[in-house]
Amino acid sequence: MATEAPSLASRAAPSRARRLAAWFHARPRVQLGVLLAAPLAWFVLVYLGSLVVLLLNAFWTSDPFTGRVNPFDWSLAAFEQILGNEVYRTITVRTVGMAMLVTVTDALLAFPIAYYMARVASPRTRRLLVIVVLMPLWASYLVKIFAWRTVFLGNGFLSWILAPLGISGPGTDEISNSWIVFSYLWLPYMILPIFAGLERVPDSLVEASGDLGARAGTTFRRVILPLVFPSVVAGSIFTFSLTLGDYIVPSLVSDAKFIGNVIYDNSALGNFPLAAAYSMVPIVIMVVYLTVARRLGAFESL
Amino acid sequence: MLQELGDGEGELNLVIWAGYAEDGSAFPEFDWVTPFEEETGCIVNAQTQADSATGVRMLQSGEFDGGSFSGNATDRLMAAGDVAPVNVELLENYDNVFEGLKLQPHNSLDGVPYGVPHGRGPNLLMWNTDEVDDQTTWDGLWENAADYEGQLSVFDSPDFIADAALHIMASDDDMGITNPYQLTQEQFDAAIALLEDQFSHNPQFWDGSTFTDQITAFAAGDITIGTTWQYQVNSLVAEEAPVEAIKPAEGATGWSDTWMIASDAAHPNCMYMWMDHMMSAEANGQATVYFGEAPTSQQACDYAETIAAGHCEQTHATDEAYWEDIWYWSTAREDCADDDADTTCVDYDAWVEAWTTLRGS
Repeated sequence: MATEAPSLASRAAPSRARRLAAWFHARPRVQLGVLLAAPLAWFVLVYLGSLVVLLLNAFWTSDPFTGRVNPFDWSLAAFEQILGNEVYRTITVRTVGMAMLVTVTDALLAFPIAYYMARVASPRTRRLLVIVVLMPLWASYLVKIFAWRTVFLGNGFLSWILAPLGISGPGTDEISNSWIVFSYLWLPYMILPIFAGLERVPDSLVEASGDLGARAGTTFRRVILPLVFPSVVAGSIFTFSLTLGDYIVPSLVSDAKFIGNVIYDNSALGNFPLAAAYSMVPIVIMVVYLTVARRLGAFESL
Repeated sequence: MLQELGDGEGELNLVIWAGYAEDGSAFPEFDWVTPFEEETGCIVNAQTQADSATGVRMLQSGEFDGGSFSGNATDRLMAAGDVAPVNVELLENYDNVFEGLKLQPHNSLDGVPYGVPHGRGPNLLMWNTDEVDDQTTWDGLWENAADYEGQLSVFDSPDFIADAALHIMASDDDMGITNPYQLTQEQFDAAIALLEDQFSHNPQFWDGSTFTDQITAFAAGDITIGTTWQYQVNSLVAEEAPVEAIKPAEGATGWSDTWMIASDAAHPNCMYMWMDHMMSAEANGQATVYFGEAPTSQQACDYAETIAAGHCEQTHATDEAYWEDIWYWSTAREDCADDDADTTCVDYDAWVEAWTTLRGS
């Protein structure tokens, strides 16, 4: 009897696990539920929950003296303030304009690079170029912005190069600095989707187009471009949304105010409801943008 | 209120103005953090505030034990209950502090101290002596701003509206401004109009986190005239840049800073030890020399003389007449911060929005 107990126990353990497995196997929905419970809880509670609290703030008031928010003191004052003062419209237009400008700039810069990588370069060069394109992503975003600051500063790199021509650097207050730095920061996010899209274009289609008498330009315009366009839109989601939400670049290399700066300033300066209300503007813009991008087939190209 | 000082908790998290907690990493000779850490075992983590309102928000986040705050943060923090009264009996060095700095409106409530003084100074007018003649008033930033198109440098905060109001207070009696921080709608509109005119000449901006940009730009000749702190003046003079700075005839806005303890401080003993440390002759002497502001005790003055001769005279530490036309930062309030129920003033939210409008347009 004494020797039997351990052997029974050792047989019972795997059988319990197996029984559990069998129980789950018969119930695929429960299986899926358990599997997704943790990530779903994280998504709903942490991600959506904090977003909801943020947006609720937009409908509350705050004490102008102490800066404390009064929860559940319902008011539309923040929205009235945003609609009533033209400056918030100006800033929205400026931000969207910058996001579009950066997107177009990156698309124009990225396309030739991606084309060369996907359709011209040898496999060895291609691998090398992929590494080169990804390399800037290995450095911290802040380090890259500060590097640009040293380029733009009054006694910085640009001033040093341009000094013989009698020109000084732009300083750190020009809005065009933001355009350059944004375009630089997000370029890899545009190159990679276009590169992937171009790689997927079958050679046979290009050859067929040539066989049917199309010149290189026509093939590019009527075969390659339509096939790759969804990839460009996919890349534009990154360049557009990242520019739309950023406040660090404009505050470090320029004096210009974008949507993100106004949200940051107001949350820092104590008018939290206004910051929350204004943060709905980029959310709405992105919802519209993503809807259009989906129509254009961008999500299939990601 | 803490009744008895216990052992340090090993850590101290502070909101500071830049340069208020130096550990020798910028200049080896300026280090009052390391001796404190060695003596108390409290490791200091300090984060700088860009302006007072940012400092308020940082302390309200609950992640800090306290910090150094100017009057336009201390009034809000005391009113909101974010900072606790201080038991000065527990602070040995408090006795040495100049009596004139104790129990002031910006560091006490109903006769109860809410912190200990750190130092004070005016916001100065600085100019490039190669480019312009000696200045005596703030006119260069206002009436004559057109002469310095794109070469002006101003403080990037709603608080700068008070600088415009101060100039109007001195130059236009009809406006009836008696306090540059408590403005009626009409007075406020006049200040904003003055700022709009200045902004049409493309000023450059600096604040408590980008003041080193101002040093760089002044040194490179990109700025001709602007508001500044003694810290930037000292840095530029040290690199022999052609600058001079004064407190102009109209007077100036300024600050009188206070170390305060958060009401929910996780490391209260360390915070008390820090407050005491910052009133010591060595720490206060070093810190005020480093930033270029007035020390808070005769002992600190005497120590400061050993590292920078003439410091206390230059910063007017004991010259009360000098401070009479300096308006310490304070917060705009709807009730004008007075007992008169008839007048209403423009509140700070409106200052913030006006600033957004000026900066964002």
